[in-house]
Amino acid sequence: MAQHVVTANRLGDGGVVYLSTAGGWTEWLSEADIVDSDADEARLLAIAERAVAARLVVAPYAIPVERQGASLKALSQRERIRAKGPTIHPQFCKPEAGGTGLESSACMSTTNTTAHW
Amino acid sequence: MYVYDEYDRTLVAERVAQFRGQVARRLSGELSEDEFRPLRLMNGLYMQLHAYMLRVAIPYGTLSSVQMRQLAMIARKYDKGYGHFTTRQNIQYNWPKLDAVPDILADLAKVEMHAHQTSGNCIRNVTADQYAGAAADEIEDARITSEVIRQWSTFHPEFSFLPRKFKIAVTGSPHDRAAIKVHDIGLRTIRNDHGEVGYEVVVGGGLGRTPIVGLTIREFLPKRHLLSYLEAILRVYNQEGRRDNLFKARIKILVQSMGGTAFTEKVEAEWRAIRKDAVDFSSEDFARIAAQFAPPRYVTSTAHSAEFEAARLADKDFEAWCRTNLAPHKQPGYAIVNISLKPIGGVPGDATAEDMELFAKIAELWSFSAIRVTHSQNLVLPYVRLSDVHAVWQALRGAGLAAPNIDLITDIISCPGLDYCNLANARSIPVAQRISERFASLDRQYDIGELKIKISGCINACGHHHVGHIGLLGVDKKGEEFYQITLGGSADENASLGTLVGPAFSYDRVVDAVETLVETYVTKRQPGEIFLDTYRRLGVAPFKEALYGSHPA
Repeated sequence: MAQHVVTANRLGDGGVVYLSTAGGWTEWLSEADIVDSDADEARLLAIAERAVAARLVVAPYAIPVERQGASLKALSQRERIRAKGPTIHPQFCKPEAGGTGLESSACMSTTNTTAHW
Repeated sequence: MYVYDEYDRTLVAERVAQFRGQVARRLSGELSEDEFRPLRLMNGLYMQLHAYMLRVAIPYGTLSSVQMRQLAMIARKYDKGYGHFTTRQNIQYNWPKLDAVPDILADLAKVEMHAHQTSGNCIRNVTADQYAGAAADEIEDARITSEVIRQWSTFHPEFSFLPRKFKIAVTGSPHDRAAIKVHDIGLRTIRNDHGEVGYEVVVGGGLGRTPIVGLTIREFLPKRHLLSYLEAILRVYNQEGRRDNLFKARIKILVQSMGGTAFTEKVEAEWRAIRKDAVDFSSEDFARIAAQFAPPRYVTSTAHSAEFEAARLADKDFEAWCRTNLAPHKQPGYAIVNISLKPIGGVPGDATAEDMELFAKIAELWSFSAIRVTHSQNLVLPYVRLSDVHAVWQALRGAGLAAPNIDLITDIISCPGLDYCNLANARSIPVAQRISERFASLDRQYDIGELKIKISGCINACGHHHVGHIGLLGVDKKGEEFYQITLGGSADENASLGTLVGPAFSYDRVVDAVETLVETYVTKRQPGEIFLDTYRRLGVAPFKEALYGSHPA
């Protein structure tokens, strides 16, 4: 089985989160708990469902990922954009853990030269 | 413009209070997400990729300066300082927090706004010609009919749980600026041989995964029968429309499966059965609503303004903007001003809080505080005196908001796409931005002439790609973004659906493909032809060959 992590949206603001190695929820894909077996994925989803019941998150699901050097990459474009934020509004992109966000490659994959932005 | 009565105010206030309680119960755990979802959707609150999204209704695209300022305040206080005007003439906020949404709705209610009928399987927010009340070619102000339908349809108990969502569009002019033929019901205001005003009733149009141009089921419906006839259509749909398959639930599928003649007969029979007892607005009711849309107090003017003409001669940038962004007004000495929300490389339909405040101020100074939102994701100042047009332009240009490109190749409709939308397969907005940058030269845009590019990030077609002269549809191919191209679509009175030209292009190649199509048109056009004319004369073959050679991949 390919590597997977579990993601959801926070109840309070809809923010994208991942189930982390520490057992809680993190905004950073790089801190997500990676599993590579059906059993472990089911275990993470069961934890996530308890977080749904505790009103922390909504609609958890597993997504395929792959390690690329030190970083973790979601395999689908949809999940890459969820991980980093809208590519058209770099100012609203999620910063890398500890970064400013403006260096994020997904966020800067297109120019935005709107005069009034 | 329409002013709420006590009934409207109570209804909106009650809904805000209800939703405040529903949000509190969701946050306390009394409501599960499954229980809460339909309740939040009834109040325009969606969950998108990165956050909640609140879709605020702008009934028939009509706003006052006071309302626009409130939209700016909401963008600044509750969101990230901007909003996105949509192809449904609404505005969407992309980052509201759940516990703040009741406060947002309360702030909207203060200026007679809400988020009703922006989601769910109900009769959605009515859309209309953005030039209503001002257009030189108008038979009647489409806002009057739209408001009648709004009053009738809001929380209509029989039609709140239809098989699927239901969209009605109204145009008051022979020239259709409201895309009525691609709505569930389209109403075209017409005058019969006796001089009586009524409607051509078009049913079963739509885009999405099954695009269809609507069918005229009644050539002339007298105004006094509007609501009973709509009720007959909705009743037939409510009873006969499919509820077992989400993708076959729209009225267009019912019309196709029954056949146009059988569907029409069924509606007429239903109408005969109910019309005596059904609710219809009397001519007094229409007059009461029409009074709310009385023309502003125009300053008596001649049809020409020496000041305006002199400014056009003196300033070529102003002249360029006037050529594309003004439309003829019914009142001598006035113009309809289009404000493009499509600066080169910009996000189609986006406006910052500062932009919105500027629009509000300009409208207050020079357009009787009136603003319209267009389904092309632009804004309109409907009542500008010719002698004030230069001042309007200067104010807009000072803020970088005077793009002279209405209906040109850079005036692109684009859905939010995969940058925000939970349903999207591919990004739309960055493609629009790249096309806009590729064709940034004004001289080149003018040479190309009218060319409507419309982009959707998925088959649901919020970007109206089927009716673009050039339509782009984003698709997912093994996790990568590709774009199918359709040609020859149009949403006006001569509506047509685009034809798929061939295999899809990658994100990196799609802008080159668009340029190839445009260059093919430029090479093959005859004098006076716009892109659509050349396509309709020649068909898809030369465009296909230009894209793929003689052997499409």
